[in-house]
Amino acid sequence: MGNLIPAFLKPESASVQAAKVDMIFTGLTLISAGIVALVIGLVVTFAIRFRRGSRANRGELPSLVSSEFEIGWTAATLFVFLFIFWWATSIEIGAYSAPKDAMEVHVVAKQWMWKTQSASGAREINELHVPVGAPVRLILTSQDVIHSFYIPAFRLKRDALPYQQTETWFQATKTGSFHLLCTEFCGTDHSRMLGRVIVMEPQDYARWLSAQPERDGLAELGERLFTARGCSGCHDAGSKVHAPSLAGIWGQAVPLEGNRTATVDEAYLRDSILQPKRDVVVGYEPIMPSYEGLLTDGEIQSLVAYIRLGTDKLDLIQSLSLEPSQNICAPGQSSASPRSPAMVPGAPAQTPRP
Amino acid sequence: MSSGATADATTLANPRELPLELPASYLADGRTLLSWLATTDHKRIAILYAVVITFFFFVGGIAATLVRLELFTPQADLVGSDTYNKLFSLHGIVMVWFFLIPSIPTTMGNFLLPLMIGARDLAFPKLNLVSWYLNLGGGLLTLAAVLAGGIDTGWTFYVPYSTTFSNSFVTLAVLGVLVSGFSTIATGVNFIATVHYLRAPGMTWFRLPLFVWAMYTTSLIFVLATPVLAVTLTLVVAERSFGLPIFDPARGGDPILFQHLFWFYSHPAVYIMVLPAMGVISEVITCYARRRIFGYSFMVYALVAIAMIGFFTWGHHMFTSGMSPYAALVFSFLSFIVAVPSAIKVFNWTATLYRGQIGFESPMLYALGFLGLFTVGGLTGLFLASVPIDVHVQDTYFVVAHFHYIMVGASVSAYFAGLHFWWPKITGRMYPEAWARFAAILMFFGFNLTFFPQFIAGYLGMPRRYHVYPPEFQVWNVLSSAGAAVLAAAYLMPLGYLTWSVFFGSRAPNDPWNASGLEWRTTSPPPRQNFFGNPEVLAQPYNYHPESTPPIKDQPRVPSQGSLT
Repeated sequence: MGNLIPAFLKPESASVQAAKVDMIFTGLTLISAGIVALVIGLVVTFAIRFRRGSRANRGELPSLVSSEFEIGWTAATLFVFLFIFWWATSIEIGAYSAPKDAMEVHVVAKQWMWKTQSASGAREINELHVPVGAPVRLILTSQDVIHSFYIPAFRLKRDALPYQQTETWFQATKTGSFHLLCTEFCGTDHSRMLGRVIVMEPQDYARWLSAQPERDGLAELGERLFTARGCSGCHDAGSKVHAPSLAGIWGQAVPLEGNRTATVDEAYLRDSILQPKRDVVVGYEPIMPSYEGLLTDGEIQSLVAYIRLGTDKLDLIQSLSLEPSQNICAPGQSSASPRSPAMVPGAPAQTPRP
Repeated sequence: MSSGATADATTLANPRELPLELPASYLADGRTLLSWLATTDHKRIAILYAVVITFFFFVGGIAATLVRLELFTPQADLVGSDTYNKLFSLHGIVMVWFFLIPSIPTTMGNFLLPLMIGARDLAFPKLNLVSWYLNLGGGLLTLAAVLAGGIDTGWTFYVPYSTTFSNSFVTLAVLGVLVSGFSTIATGVNFIATVHYLRAPGMTWFRLPLFVWAMYTTSLIFVLATPVLAVTLTLVVAERSFGLPIFDPARGGDPILFQHLFWFYSHPAVYIMVLPAMGVISEVITCYARRRIFGYSFMVYALVAIAMIGFFTWGHHMFTSGMSPYAALVFSFLSFIVAVPSAIKVFNWTATLYRGQIGFESPMLYALGFLGLFTVGGLTGLFLASVPIDVHVQDTYFVVAHFHYIMVGASVSAYFAGLHFWWPKITGRMYPEAWARFAAILMFFGFNLTFFPQFIAGYLGMPRRYHVYPPEFQVWNVLSSAGAAVLAAAYLMPLGYLTWSVFFGSRAPNDPWNASGLEWRTTSPPPRQNFFGNPEVLAQPYNYHPESTPPIKDQPRVPSQGSLT
């Protein structure tokens, strides 16, 4: 039945659920088209036949056309509506719980990016690689406001709530790259909070997975240095010192004093560590001391690698390794997620992107 | 009261009660600014409301035009992200709370409710004036928020974005909505009391015109639902401005609680917008089809049923928020049930046309347009009531298209139908019919061109509130923006020719449409006291021709006598 809608009117269908949703969507469209045709057909017919001054017979109404008629179409409407309800519900109930062997993927949303981590340890930003044909269970949460995780090709949507976990699942049926969109309004760059879901053949997925960096790499070392050398004292999101948060800053353009901008890359970070007073981000005092001679080149590289990965990405592992049933907002737990940098009072305004 | 046709229809009122000496019309009863701003005349207050909501309609319309212009291309070319977010929030807040909710009840409801039941004014005329000032005050507060820099939360004010994260003027705008909510509650109380206590002799409950029933059921929702909005918004202000932990999850609150409270009001609010429209359409279709309404009592029960069941369906706005799947099924079921009485009304309006004497004056064109658009809007509601489809299209343009079909396609069409239908009674002037018909037809096509492509864009997966969007959606957005240009032209036309008619239109007769309601049994425009003498109701409403008699006398429509003003 899903084939009745022409292809250009249909989003790509790439999951088990998508085929079912398309079927009921088509069915409902046909029923609705029938009802619209009936109503408009009757209105137009009556309007022409009984236009003012026409010769149509306007005698007494047949006695049938009375409350019996009314009860009749009330019952018919009720029956049709209940049928649609039953049909939609039966599809929905079948798709409630994920299969037990489903692959687990944790999703953390924040203004304005998606961070994903699969149980195998692969961490990604704004991307999610999954093997085709395998059921995937998503466990979602948010670090700031409500977001909504939407993959049109899978007909899948679930809100990501702060301090709470929600769950959903899918099973991809087609390889390829599919849109991942945020559908709950979340502030300035809501419409740029985009990502991709990349569905791969199982062997490709295995190859991709083995190429992912191990946790104990450069960045891991950088994370330790970030704390040990005092960077986190000022640059952590929760810090009281007025310093820019470094979360998600890699590759961004930052505004500098004197109407200049700089792109955050290896060279800029290196300069900022060694000559912090040279290129100060607008809105901040030049209070950072130079680390010239205090860090080796290798240490600087590790720090850059850590910042490149996103400073808060590693912190996240702790909150992600919770049991899915456990509510992270349970009282007494202090895994309070940091606010998005733009929303920390006193933080500089978000750089508008071109 | 001389012509045969009018005499036929005056079985509603007692013709002996109409004396010959005529007092001045309500418009001539005082000409100073103070005589307007301090009036307690329900008719003048209706005009005051009309001025305010027309202003807000165009404020919201300008915001919508800018939004549609921006969406013409997938990139950001006209405004930045924050400005875009403020524009659609402004459009939503203004159109919902300062145009749609007050639109029909405070203008036509205010003007016609006492006239239709044979009363001299509303039950509490001073409270009525207070309502207008509250509405105006709320509107000005919200405008102040816009002028101060705007608000970017969308009209839904979802927490924790609105309470903790938004850097815009949320508190001011929320206070504006809160204040206007009290205006709505006061209007509801006023209408309920009026219908209960001020009906003319002989005007029994089942002789009330359906417009009065619509006002009555709407008022029940006003009184029962709006306090919940007031509480919710107060909590938002308390959290945002005074730091009280209520919805903030970081301090043990629950943002989903806000959504439950908000939609407990805002879903019935949809019926606040559409029930009055249903009332207007019942009056217009019967008049231009020259028929009694088909199944009067079913129409009444349907209004009451929609108002009641409408209170129990709010959860269908939250299917993707992670609510219990069983709760989702209950809300899905109730959402299907509430669609039944709406369908009954569509069938009854259609059946009313059967064996009529159908004329195609502009109010009827709007009403016929309403039938088509409301049917499409209502049926797409069934898609959204089905949980699996809703999961896909929730917060996409499919939803945007659906609620615009109901709120603009149906409610605004009905507003214009009613405005044209009662314009001669309200102003005492006739408008240029050819212009009015042209605007009605243009509005219908402009509307469909604007909003039908949005169903497709939404099903293809375009999320709402997107400033920039993936390029594959552009074709649907271009169609929609083109339609919006047509629609904007169509909305400007009535502003022009209706204003023209106030100064240059020909004098309206008392009953230009040969209609049956009690409001036509007085002069156009009516005097301060509404009626000459005491009206008395002798028959059922819509006494065009009874179902048992062939409408022979009714066929050639005799032009009524000139105005009595």
